[in-house]
Amino acid sequence: MSMKVAVLEGGRSLERGVSLRTGGRVKDALERLGHEAISLDADTSLISNLRAHKPDVAFIALHGRDGEDGTVQQILDLLGIPHTGSDAGASARTADKSIAKRRLVAAGLPTPDFFVLDDTAVRDLAAVQLVPEIGERLGWPMIIKPALQGSALGLTLVRGEADVPAALLSALSYDSRILFERHVEGRDLAVTVLIGPEGAEALPAVEAIPEGDRYDFEARYEIGATRFECPANLTADQEGQAANLAVRAVEALECSGFPRVDLILAENGEMTILEVDTVPGLTQTSLVPLACGAKGIDFDSLIAKMLELAVGG
Amino acid sequence: MTSSAMRDLMSITERPEVISLAGGLPDTSTFPRDSYAALMSKIAANELANALQYGPTEGLAIARDCIRFVMEAEGVKVDPDDVIVTTGGQQVLDLVCKILIDPGDVIVAEGPTYPGAVSAFTSYQARVEQIQMDEHGMNPDALRERLAELDREGARPKFLYLIPNFQNPSGVTLSEARRREILEIAREREILILEDNPYGLLRYEDDPIPTILEMDGGESVIYLGTFSKILSPGIRLGWVTAPRPVLEKINLAKQAADLCASSLAQHFVAGYIMGGGWPEYMASLRRLYRDRRDAMLDALETELPVETTWTKPSGGLFIWATLPDYIDTTDLLARALRENLAFVPGRAAWVDGQGGSSIRLNFSGSDEARIREGVRRLGLIVGEQVDLYGTMTGKPPRREAGPYLPLEGGRVVPISPQRRAAGGEGS
Repeated sequence: MSMKVAVLEGGRSLERGVSLRTGGRVKDALERLGHEAISLDADTSLISNLRAHKPDVAFIALHGRDGEDGTVQQILDLLGIPHTGSDAGASARTADKSIAKRRLVAAGLPTPDFFVLDDTAVRDLAAVQLVPEIGERLGWPMIIKPALQGSALGLTLVRGEADVPAALLSALSYDSRILFERHVEGRDLAVTVLIGPEGAEALPAVEAIPEGDRYDFEARYEIGATRFECPANLTADQEGQAANLAVRAVEALECSGFPRVDLILAENGEMTILEVDTVPGLTQTSLVPLACGAKGIDFDSLIAKMLELAVGG
Repeated sequence: MTSSAMRDLMSITERPEVISLAGGLPDTSTFPRDSYAALMSKIAANELANALQYGPTEGLAIARDCIRFVMEAEGVKVDPDDVIVTTGGQQVLDLVCKILIDPGDVIVAEGPTYPGAVSAFTSYQARVEQIQMDEHGMNPDALRERLAELDREGARPKFLYLIPNFQNPSGVTLSEARRREILEIAREREILILEDNPYGLLRYEDDPIPTILEMDGGESVIYLGTFSKILSPGIRLGWVTAPRPVLEKINLAKQAADLCASSLAQHFVAGYIMGGGWPEYMASLRRLYRDRRDAMLDALETELPVETTWTKPSGGLFIWATLPDYIDTTDLLARALRENLAFVPGRAAWVDGQGGSSIRLNFSGSDEARIREGVRRLGLIVGEQVDLYGTMTGKPPRREAGPYLPLEGGRVVPISPQRRAAGGEGS
């Protein structure tokens, strides 16, 4: 059945560039699948455009603020337009890492220990005085990052107390809420979960391997500095554990569609959940298409499946 | 902060609601419409077939003669036969690398330097070594030291890349004495100098300083000029003059790259510049940009907390501001974008991660009202971070509480010397 699909892309997010690349690929795939696709930038004309075009379904290709935090999902709900991915509530609680991690902990799932501060606490309660206690609990080095930013933006690996103020300034440039998080060294795994009417199914894990002989923290986020292995070179036990954790994480957060769960396999063999992305990138180099490929699902079939899940087919 | 993250940030600076002090744009809205229309009709009536045709690789005679005229305005006499017209100044950077650089070769540049040059250099896998500038430009002693270090490594730089006038991004001008000294060093060591001079004619005060090309007399300087800032970047025309053997190689490389620069653009430029209206247009540009620069300097003085310093360029398009070292300006850009303000984070101007507390501000591309509003927003977010840092460290900011009042005396200071980033430039 041919549908009129609005591809929501761009927006004010700091990940606008990635979003436009995802949106472009999605639009091409939708057209190959015989649908009518309209690209809509998430700006001040979005709502009037949605009213004018009256799409059958919206494909959300937005990353970061507005696109992943439930804002756009809520707007589409109000306008009665079904959309891909998680609903507004799941989007909001997953995008804010402080809320998501509390949920995971409540569900008995492993995630690196953390401590949350709002800018008001920093300002009005002089909460930085807590850094020695935070350090004692989480250990050094630790991560400081904004609660709402999905990519590596605003994230610092902090080696000692003296580096905390500058790292907080960086993180607070992106969001008014920040996380201190225990730093877990290990292998980076990403597991895409397909959530259908029959339940959640984990696709093969992808491993991000930084190039070069030294573990370089920033290399993980630099194009060309990381290579991906799919499926990841894991034992059957580890593969099973990754799949199990990923499925339980998206269930705890009540996500839908094709979320991606980022895990760390620590040197001691323990596996822990870093974060969940409800609108993962679908660019040429993104991990979700890679995982689908390993499962024999090509890009067009992935898009068709996401659409089918959105309209409840 | 990684360079891909920075690219993502920069991709949203172009939205219309953003006051962008990030670009390097001249204000093309000032170009007289009727001059353009009259000139293009004249070309259509008299020279259309030629203007639509291929031209010689080195450029049309009329364009090269016009370049001779423009160079005279810079105080340099050149023979039009020693000039190649290029597709913008950027092409010169590319062609020079193409003929001179093998992977791993060293290019010595100012620190900070023009990010677009670094892209051109690194695309030929050159290793870029930057020498920290002060208020008079690159320090010859620091240059000697670095060259000696490179000697010990067995690395001989292929060329020295300099933007002597109102440098991008710092706004700093290389002093006459240093120009001579650096030229001397280059000659002694038989290293070429690539002199990039896009802004020389945009001087708002003081007397011009001779170009290194003029001091050299054509032995060891490759000189790059462009019409981008003195007429239009949209016409994509620049030029190069160089010692003969180098120029011949550039000619061959250009032939392979794009045969020739746009004939239509060359007719337009030659027609306009030789038509008599150009000096007046330049005078109007200088007035306009000088007033905008003054507006920005004035606003910086009023709005920025005392912990901030900036350069005071006597020409060009840019001011380089340095914030307290605990502020990361790439992250600050994310904060600024929430206030619809954009600037270039300083790290873009270094290859090794330095410059993290500096920003480049452009004053030519926005009118005075937007410049003032942009700097006001900058003052607010920098002030916010200074306050927050003060709260966190228990060290109150040095300024008085309340609005950022003008301080007695200028706070215009040289580019602050910066520590080399730990672990930045390894072996």
